[in-house]
Amino acid sequence: MTLNSNCPTGPIEKRWEKRRFEMKLVNPANKRKYNVIVVGSGLAGASAAASLGELGYNVQCFCYQDSPRRAHSIAAQGGINAAKNYTNDGDSIFRLFYDTVKGGDFRARESNVYRLAEVSVDIIDQCTAQGVPFAREYGGLLANRSFGGAQVSRTFYARGQTGQQLLIGAYQALARQIAAGTVKMSCRSEMLELIVVDGVARGIVTRDMVTGKIEAHVADAVALCTGGYGNVFYLSTNAKGCNAMALWRAHKKGAFLANPCFTQIHPTCIPVKGEYQSKLTLMSESLRNDGRVWVPKDGKDSGKPVFDIPENARDYYLERRYPAFGNLVPRDIASRAAKQVCDDGRGVGPGGLGVYLDFADSIKRLGRKTIEERYGNLFDMYHHITDENPYEVPMRIYPAVHYTMGGLWVDYDLMSTVPGLFVGGEANFSDHGANRLGASALMQGLADGYFVLPYTIGHYLGQRAAGGVKLDHPEVKAAKKSVEERVQKLLDIGGSRSPDSFHRELGLLCWEHCGMARNKAGLEKALARIPELRAEFWQDLRVVGSGEELNQELERAGRVADALEFAELMVRDALHREESCGGHFREESQTPEGEAMRDDERYCYVAAWAHQGVDAEPVLHKEPLSFEYVKLTQRSYK
Amino acid sequence: MRVFLQVWRQKNGQSKGRFERYEASDISPDMSLLEMLDVVNEGLVQKNEAPIAFDHDCREGICGMCGLVINGVPHGSEGGATTCQLHMRKFRDGDEIWIEPFRAKAFPVLRDCVVDRTALDRIIQAGGFISVRTGAAPDANQILVPKEDADLAMDAAACIGCGACVAACPNASAMLFTAAKLSHLGLLPQGQPERYSRALAMVKQMDAEGFGACTNHEECEAVCPKEVSIDFIARMNRDFAKAAATFRPPKARGGGD
Ligand SMILES: Cc1cc2nc3c(=O)[nH]c(=O)nc-3n(C[C@H](O)[C@H](O)[C@H](O)COP(=O)(O)OP(=O)(O)OC[C@H]3O[C@@H](n4cnc5c(N)ncnc54)[C@H](O)[C@@H]3O)c2cc1C
Ligand code: FES
Repeated sequence: MTLNSNCPTGPIEKRWEKRRFEMKLVNPANKRKYNVIVVGSGLAGASAAASLGELGYNVQCFCYQDSPRRAHSIAAQGGINAAKNYTNDGDSIFRLFYDTVKGGDFRARESNVYRLAEVSVDIIDQCTAQGVPFAREYGGLLANRSFGGAQVSRTFYARGQTGQQLLIGAYQALARQIAAGTVKMSCRSEMLELIVVDGVARGIVTRDMVTGKIEAHVADAVALCTGGYGNVFYLSTNAKGCNAMALWRAHKKGAFLANPCFTQIHPTCIPVKGEYQSKLTLMSESLRNDGRVWVPKDGKDSGKPVFDIPENARDYYLERRYPAFGNLVPRDIASRAAKQVCDDGRGVGPGGLGVYLDFADSIKRLGRKTIEERYGNLFDMYHHITDENPYEVPMRIYPAVHYTMGGLWVDYDLMSTVPGLFVGGEANFSDHGANRLGASALMQGLADGYFVLPYTIGHYLGQRAAGGVKLDHPEVKAAKKSVEERVQKLLDIGGSRSPDSFHRELGLLCWEHCGMARNKAGLEKALARIPELRAEFWQDLRVVGSGEELNQELERAGRVADALEFAELMVRDALHREESCGGHFREESQTPEGEAMRDDERYCYVAAWAHQGVDAEPVLHKEPLSFEYVKLTQRSYK
Repeated sequence: MRVFLQVWRQKNGQSKGRFERYEASDISPDMSLLEMLDVVNEGLVQKNEAPIAFDHDCREGICGMCGLVINGVPHGSEGGATTCQLHMRKFRDGDEIWIEPFRAKAFPVLRDCVVDRTALDRIIQAGGFISVRTGAAPDANQILVPKEDADLAMDAAACIGCGACVAACPNASAMLFTAAKLSHLGLLPQGQPERYSRALAMVKQMDAEGFGACTNHEECEAVCPKEVSIDFIARMNRDFAKAAATFRPPKARGGGD
């Protein structure tokens, strides 16, 4: 199979317009005859479901939380990018496009990224009209800040709760459609299977997480907006429930998975405290604007109380290595540098897995009050969790898994390799290449949901008649039966270990061998160990209780079962890509100074994997990437 | 450290519940309360007993999914924090900790400490939005919003919809929740056209869901993890009174071509 990205041709600024004009339209009177399933109610899912409902399609939306408002998007703190150039500092759609392609280390498709930058401006208009309380200046205009090392101020924000406010906006738009009867919302409802009939996506199978009832739902198109797979690592900044199940189910039904090894490790998180740790907390990247990162020059000082380490014995390693960007280097670089100093034995705090983020100089220069105004809530949060006062003692931070750039392969229309299956938000691989810039995930989720999927799904539906597949179709019944059997199989193992215990073990394995730095030997080790662990899981899992009740152990078991398969593909992808790019650092591919070295000769492509069976090797398909507008260069932040 | 738990166990919405006592030993003071429950649950699984069901997701105080009544107080007595933000260092070795679900007529228990809060969603569906079509918005900077109004709207919008306000109220009133949404939207110029119809619709739904009235106990504000102020309730009452006195339902839209 050759992968067709289906991108329009011609000047890049005209491509999206051209595509929209070419699209088939559905007669307004016919729209309600088409059923569309949207799985997920995060930024991508809620905005897509609301917009599709508003257009008149008959939409069903699902989420695993008790309310659509709780999707993981709610946790985003920092902000959302848009090329408004409200601050008159030289931003433009082209610049945002350029920064995103370059920041992604040239592993994203130019056409998609350009469209993202193009619709970014509409997102801010849309959200403002919905009542999203973005930060304002005294004149009443919207405020902006610079974020994640960007050279322009293009980030819009709502205090430290930007994701929450954007999601509430989308949730309210969704609520309006639920009231209007165009969207039927099912909460506490987990998708356990994709239904494919004659090679086309025709529905899903869900489990009601309260009653345990397993149900099939048929539709004319399915959109997965189920978020990223960061929790394959067990510990991450993601919400506890985030999982890769929907992606993996779709993959097993024929949707290719692209670049799963592109994972983002965020440099500023609160370090792990103990074995019981259940998740990691992100400290906003904005802290690096005023905090200085350092460790002792000499590992012998690592254990000393911080104030016993004199100024001349401290190594401000980011400022030293990257004088132009200093503490504001991109995430992947900051994370790797932290790992290197800790590997050198110079890390601080328990286990030597931490570096200082020190505000003493800023407090001296700007006064405590200013720092309090800028970061008060973050300082409180840190204080709360660690019991240490960051106004007095430097924070300790360490990198943690945060975001996944890889995901289901999609074409320009966000359609996967299974016709009728669309993928939006973090779940697809499309726009961030090998590294995502700060404040760009929210932008992408809303771009997909408000401005891309409603058009492209309409175009798809416009080419076919509504209906056709009913609940009694043999494929539908077979899919439902397979889910029932699978649930029963998990319950019947009757072993001795909880789902979480397997999940922790898998997470540690991935973190050690497929985390911030990867090498052939380590990846091969993980690749050998994961199938063993999976076998142990299927022999020794214990799920207490039954399937016909609210059973959180069973929910976890299903997710961990899929994570155990997903992880293998992630590791395999990392092993195959013998170059360093973005968040993927292969130790074999670095410059003499220890910087990442891309290999455009061999790897300037999207790696899209086709499933062949759980214990069979997947087949690699390559979508070559070409760069017409942004010249391929090595990233340098020296 | 070691603590003793009295936890509400209830198999489902139909069965009767009761408190069960558990011992949690080898607890680190750095653990969060939910991590302590994870450890207890792991122990229960080892004994082949059903683990304690409780809701949670983000575990950082923003999604509003978690919600336990701890020693009689929704989200515990830390103040300005959710259940998932509590740490064991706030308890003492040997403490007895009572853990139960949010209780209200409108929040039926589903299992153990998990309740159904969809009534809150229905209040939003009744009118907690601004009716704007995707793609129909003017340039964002054409709408000027005074900074003070935007900031106050944000204070109200900070609500995470956890329902602690309801659980704390002797009348199980959802006034703080509803008022926060009405104020968030009613303070902004974009929210003006529907301001009064919104107030009527949301209050009506609130009553229909079986939430009680507000008799000024102020418990809601005290437990709100986002410290949403009860001043918003006064604002809601004003809007509601004005709406009830002056609002006329829209005439049927018809005709046109
Ligand atoms: C702590 C944190 C801070 C962040 N800060 C920023 C920031 O400042 N700026 C930025 O741009 N990005 C940020 N991000 C990234 C960004 O928040 C996410 O990438 C983005 O919100 C993902 O949105 P989504 O709609 O794709 O998925 P999500 O919001 O994760 O939603 C997934 C949805 O799918 C549902 N779902 C999943 N699986 C199933 C299933 N099997 N069945 C049924 N439903 C299912 C869930 O219930 C949920 O509704 C941050 C991320 C984290 C973790
Ligand atoms: S789990 Fe999200 S607020 Fe507590």
